[in-house]
Amino acid sequence: MELVLILADFIISLGAFFLLVGSIGLIRLPDFYSRAHAQGKADTLGVMLIITGLLITELAQGLFINSAKLLIIIAFVGLTNPTATNALVGAAFHFPLTPWFKKDQNKKNKDQNINTKEEEV
Amino acid sequence: MEKYFIYLSVILTVIIFIPLYRVLMGPTLFDRVLGAGAIATKTMVLILVIGLVFNRLDMFIDITMAYAILNFIGNIAIAKYLATRTRGYKKE
Repeated sequence: MELVLILADFIISLGAFFLLVGSIGLIRLPDFYSRAHAQGKADTLGVMLIITGLLITELAQGLFINSAKLLIIIAFVGLTNPTATNALVGAAFHFPLTPWFKKDQNKKNKDQNINTKEEEV
Repeated sequence: MEKYFIYLSVILTVIIFIPLYRVLMGPTLFDRVLGAGAIATKTMVLILVIGLVFNRLDMFIDITMAYAILNFIGNIAIAKYLATRTRGYKKE
């Protein structure tokens, strides 16, 4: 029984690591589309891992209704978080917001151009 | 065992404050919406962990489900609004 709880703690720590990576990617990456990539994949994986660890902790105590509800939450997050990010990226691509390429790495005022375009609308 | 979840909730609170930079300083409107969604997604996990600390997880799970549905509907509504609004702007 103790081994199961240690496994749950390990899974929860792994999920917290993925959440930290997603947050750092959200503030460090250069473009909106790459930030959406960080939020849509890394955050979803981290949340699903942490809730899986909580589910194992609840199963070790024999609480089956809470485990079923946590399973529903895992399925819901895994379905809806990438869907919401995909809808937002589709709206941004339709805006049109130009993606970031490596060749205009040296342009310092690219973000300011995007900002003025946003204020025009 | 209890102490581990208390430490975990403190670490999660620190992680939640990181995307607030993108919400406040983001260059475009889409970055702000993305940062708000990231904060809401991580807050769900924080609510669950705090429920486990209080031994009342059966009550906090329902709050988490309602919060997840709110986050999803809000993001979809904002994305649809921005898409239709810019489409009408481009026609003129």
